[in-house]
Parts: sequence; C-alpha cells; structure tokens
Amino acid sequence: MKIAVLVKQVPGSESPLPLVSSQDWLDESQVAYIMNESDNYGLEEALQIREKNNDGEVVVVSLGPDRTQKVIREALAKGADRAIHIQTNENYPTDPLAAASLFADALKGEDFDIIFSGLQSDDLGYGQTGVILGELLGMSTATLAMATEILDNKIKVKRELEAGYFQWVTMSLPASISVQSGCNTPRYPSLKGIMGAKKKELNVVTPSVGDQNQSIKKIYAPNTAKETVMIKGSVDQVVEKLVTIFRNEIKIT
Amino acid sequence: MKNIGPDYYNISDELAEEELLIQQTANEFVQNEFLPIINEHYEAGTFPKELIPKLGDLGFLGSALPVESGGAGVTNVAYGLILHELERGDSGLRSFASVQGSLVMYPIYAYGSSEQKQKWLPGLGKGELIGCFGLTESNFGSNAGGMVTTAKKEGDNWIINGSKMWITNGSIADIAIVWAKDEGGIVRGFILEKGMDGFSSNDIHGKISLRSSITSELSMVNVRVPDSSRLQGIEGIKGPLSCLTQARYGIAWGMTGCATDCYLSALNYSKERKQFSKPIAGFQLTQAKLAEMLTKITNAQLMVMKLGRMKDAGTMTFHQVSMAKRNNCAMARDVARTSREILGANGITLDYSPIRHMANIESVFTYEGTHDMHTLILGEDITGIPAFD
Ligand SMILES: Cc1cc2nc3c(=O)[nH]c(=O)nc-3n(C[C@H](O)[C@H](O)[C@H](O)COP(=O)(O)OP(=O)(O)OC[C@H]3O[C@@H](n4cnc5c(N)ncnc54)[C@H](O)[C@@H]3O)c2cc1C
Repeated sequence: MKIAVLVKQVPGSESPLPLVSSQDWLDESQVAYIMNESDNYGLEEALQIREKNNDGEVVVVSLGPDRTQKVIREALAKGADRAIHIQTNENYPTDPLAAASLFADALKGEDFDIIFSGLQSDDLGYGQTGVILGELLGMSTATLAMATEILDNKIKVKRELEAGYFQWVTMSLPASISVQSGCNTPRYPSLKGIMGAKKKELNVVTPSVGDQNQSIKKIYAPNTAKETVMIKGSVDQVVEKLVTIFRNEIKIT
Repeated sequence: MKNIGPDYYNISDELAEEELLIQQTANEFVQNEFLPIINEHYEAGTFPKELIPKLGDLGFLGSALPVESGGAGVTNVAYGLILHELERGDSGLRSFASVQGSLVMYPIYAYGSSEQKQKWLPGLGKGELIGCFGLTESNFGSNAGGMVTTAKKEGDNWIINGSKMWITNGSIADIAIVWAKDEGGIVRGFILEKGMDGFSSNDIHGKISLRSSITSELSMVNVRVPDSSRLQGIEGIKGPLSCLTQARYGIAWGMTGCATDCYLSALNYSKERKQFSKPIAGFQLTQAKLAEMLTKITNAQLMVMKLGRMKDAGTMTFHQVSMAKRNNCAMARDVARTSREILGANGITLDYSPIRHMANIESVFTYEGTHDMHTLILGEDITGIPAFD
C-alpha cells in the first residue's frame, strides 16, 4: 500500500496574525507556523495502515516556501518514510485548483493507492484540495473521514454527516480521502524519530505556478462591535418580535 | 522557546531544528498527558506511574546518552529543553526524569561494567525499569561524605548496612544506586535490586513540597551483593558528586521551565483581572514585577543555553554548573512567589500553577546541594580557600 499524505504548514492558533501593509496577506515574518491540525490525523491514519499491514510506504507531500520543511521534518520524525516538497516562493497558490494541480503534477507518476489530506486547512479553509486532486488523478474521493478500513482493492470510509449521523461508503482504490480531526490519536514524534528524520529522503520539486482563478483582495478582522436593541411594546408584541429574531437572525428553528 | 514561552532575547534562534522540535514535542506531551492529571496527583501525593513507559518511548529518559546506552543521543541542550518542559508541568515529573537519567543511568553508563550496562540501561531508558539514587542519610545531607552506611567485603560479596533518607523514587524503584563506605572509608557505589534480603523502603509522608513525587527511606540490613553489583569504574566521593553534576545541570534548565509557567500565568491573569477599573497589568507596581521576572528568566535562559553548549563541547566545569543551579533555583523561587502574589487569593489555590511550583521549588532549592552549599563551592573556586571541610 503506497500512501501519500498532504501536509500543510499553517499559522498556529495562538500565533500573532499581523497583516502586510497591502492588507492582502499576513506578515509571515511574525507568524508562528504549525502543522495543519487535520493533516496530522491524516498522517496518523496513514501510519496506522502501514503498521497494520506491516508493509507499504508513507510519503508526506507539502506545498509551500522554504519554511514548510519544518512540518515535513515533523512528519518524517513521526514516521513517514520520505517526503516531497513542492517548493514555491512566498507567493504560493491560495486557489485550491491551482494548488491541487501542482500536487497532481508532482504525484501522477507515483501511483499512490491512497492520498490522505486534512478536511480543510486552518488558514484558508476551502476544504477542496483533496477532492480536486482525486478528480485530477482519476481517483475515488471521499471527505470528512472518521475511520477507514482497507478491504481487497477497496477502502471503506466512515463519513461524518450532519446532526450526529455517520455514513459508511466503500470505494475502489486508488482513493483520495480527506480526514476529520479526532478520527484517531496522533502520535508524538519520538527523539529517535526526530534524530532520524534528517537522514530520510526529501525530494524538492520546483514547478512554475500557473494562473490562479481567484486571488485574495483584502483580509480584515471581523467587525465585532456589539449593538444593543431595546424591544419596546406590550408583552405580546415583545414576544412576537423575539420569536422573529430567534427565527430569522439567530436561526433557531 | 519562541512559540511556547517568553524568548525576549531570541535564544531559540540558536537552537537547531531538531532541538526546537524536541522542545515542542515535550511541551505537547506535558500539556496533553500530564497537566490534566497533575492536580489530582498533587493533592493525593502520588506520581502518575502510567506515564513512565511513555516517557521512555519518547526518549525522554537519559536522552543525551548514546542510543546504545539506553539514551537518544541528542545534544545536552535538547535534553535541557526536555527537562525545561517537564518542569514547566511539575517538578515531580522533572525530578523523576532527572533521577532516572542523571543519577541512575549516568553512573551505570559512566562507571558500570559492560554486563551491568547491558543488563540495566535498555530497560531504564525505555521506562520499563525504575531507578533511585541513595546518597543522603538522615544525619548526612550537605555533608554527604560523612555517610555511615557501610559495605564490608566478605569473599566475593559485599555486606551493606545502613539507611538512606529522602530518596526520590525509593519505594517504586526496581534498582537503587547506593553509596556506602568500605572498611577503609572509601565511598563505593552498588546496584541493589528490589526484593533483596534485608533491603526495604518506607515512604516519607506529610510533604508539602514535591507532592507528586515519591520520596522514601531505604533501609539495608546485611544486604549481600556480589562484587559484580559494584560500580567498578569509580571510587571515592567524586563518584556520587559527578552524578550530581549531571542532575544539577538538568535542574538549572528545569527551574527556567517552572519560572516560565509561573510568569505566564501571572502575566495572563494581570491582563484580565480588573481592579480600580483597569487591568492590574496597567499599574506600575505590577509592571515592575513583570519586568523584573522576565529579566530574571531571560538571564537564566542565557545561562543554561551557554552552559548546555559548553557541556556539548566538553568544556563545562562543575563550578559552572553550581552557579547555574544556584542562580536558577533562586530565580525560580523568586518568580514563583511574585507570580503567586499577582494572582491574589486565586493564587493560593491549585487552580493556578504558581503555588504548586512555589512549594516544589523549596525541595529543588534544597536538594542536589543547597543554595548555601553552592555558594560555598563558588566561594572556594573564587578564593581558593574552602569554607568547609
Ligand atoms: C524532595 C526531596 C528529594 C530528595 N531526593 C534525594 C535523592 O533522590 N537522593 C539523595 O541522595 N538525596 C535526596 N534528597 C536529599 C537532599 O539532597 C538533601 O536534603 C540536601 O543535600 C540537604 O541536606 P539536609 O536536608 O540534610 O540539610 P542540611 O545539610 O542539614 O542543611 C540544613 C541547612 O544548613 C545549611 N548548611 C549546611 N552546611 C552548611 C555550611 N557548611 N555552611 C552554611 N550553611 C550550611 C544548608 O544550606 C541548609 O540551609 C532529597 C531531598 C528532598 C527534599
């Protein structure tokens, strides 16, 4: 079983997030980066499949500038066998189709049985890269995986639906699956793993980034100013107004 | 340090990528596995033994020793960063790791026979076996060289008699490194095993400091061990003292960790707590406390960082270790108390960590050479005149 895991480096939840003066991106020099949360679960899922089958290869794949190698090393330290770094300059694609196309180019020659990705990246949150990549490579796709089970040439995936429902789907391999955080217990890298990570193969590819279908115009913090509304009238009128607000604005049904 | 603590002087710029990842790993481990249970253990006066194999799996026990000696072959700075994070959790956790790594694995690694190394180091490194270190006696603390525990040679065996006091991990240990005097008054080290005839332990109760750590008394009544259980490679008081140098190095790092935790608690609290209609962080008196604490922590960080690089280069002296142990314990003691003070009444509860650290530090200030003893060690080095015998 040959498994690729897409791992992205994103700003940590406690990192400062100052913007550049043009207001279309973060001032990266001040950001503390970490591994995208759900990617960490994707990695764990891949490592567990390899360990269960006692065979196979886990390849971590990351797209981004030089700094991205920090999370690549972390994934190698946790047990991935080798890595592919799709190296871009600071202007890496933020458009999921452009990103998935770069992944597809880098991975198409490798015949992976499974590609795991995180449900979404914690910075841009499109939740599309894994699915588009699956499409581009002609693989089965599933999102929101909570558990997986390998069958002969097939994979069974437990998907999280709304309102506490789950769905089991069985798909043929190869498959690209995006996993939900919490589907397993990610391991810590051991010191042995950390010290050994440097010796593992890291293949750097430097594609040219094509046109993007969308670009970021402006980033700004949501306006959190509170507005207090006084509801006046008789009890019946107040209740009626409250019900309308609950129904239409707060959306309690 | 960058992501997870104050790093006012960008000291983390000088850390290798592996060292940063090692610190991050230790930090996450403590946050996820240890902090949720520490208060329970602290109140009950117990140590979370179930974490010991995990510490071993991760490589946190004796980490700077070579892989073939049960360690992980990391730099001494990386090892220091691990202890920094463990003590940020609680001194009980760091004390466990220090005893196992510096006081049990180290002497076997440095002075043990190849059979002893093979027999003990892998299990100790994996956390499958627990060790303790018996030097102090009830009447010989600072003056450990005055010990009255004896080892009498009888043919190929040694007969050990005496008792050791204040021994971390004593009752949970599978093996004990016990120091005793032979008939010629020479200090020798022995590896005693749990369950040997005449060898027993009793826990010390009623501790108000380092509650989440087991502290025991060891008793040896005609314990008979073969000469092959003796640490062959060393004799004299420099044996145990050289182990203490290793442990003191780690303590200096650990103190920086718990001081950081105290400081960050106080800083966050002071920004949120409002009195006289503004955050208490806005008052000059509080700012003076915060500025003082951060300066002290930064000083301490610089000291251990340089000390670690000297240890890695093989140039570190035990006097330099004494200075760092002495300075950083005093620093942490001060920072913990000031942090507690900023927390007001909330600061006297276990809901906030400073009072727990504050109580722990009293032990760390005292063990591995009291503050006063390190003053005298430095005094002797500075003047050439020993103030003690
Ligand atoms: C929680 C805990 C765990 C411990 N774990 C271990 C362990 O695992 N193994 C082990 O062997 N020991 C251990 N110890 C023992 C520790 O190392 C001793 O407590 C320490 O060496 C001090 O000895 P003492 O308590 O007998 O104090 P004393 O030596 O009696 O000192 C009392 C006071 O007198 C001062 N003093 C002593 N001599 C002088 C002097 N010449 N000049 C000026 N002042 C002086 C000291 O600084 C101190 O303030 C532990 C202690 C504690 C509290």
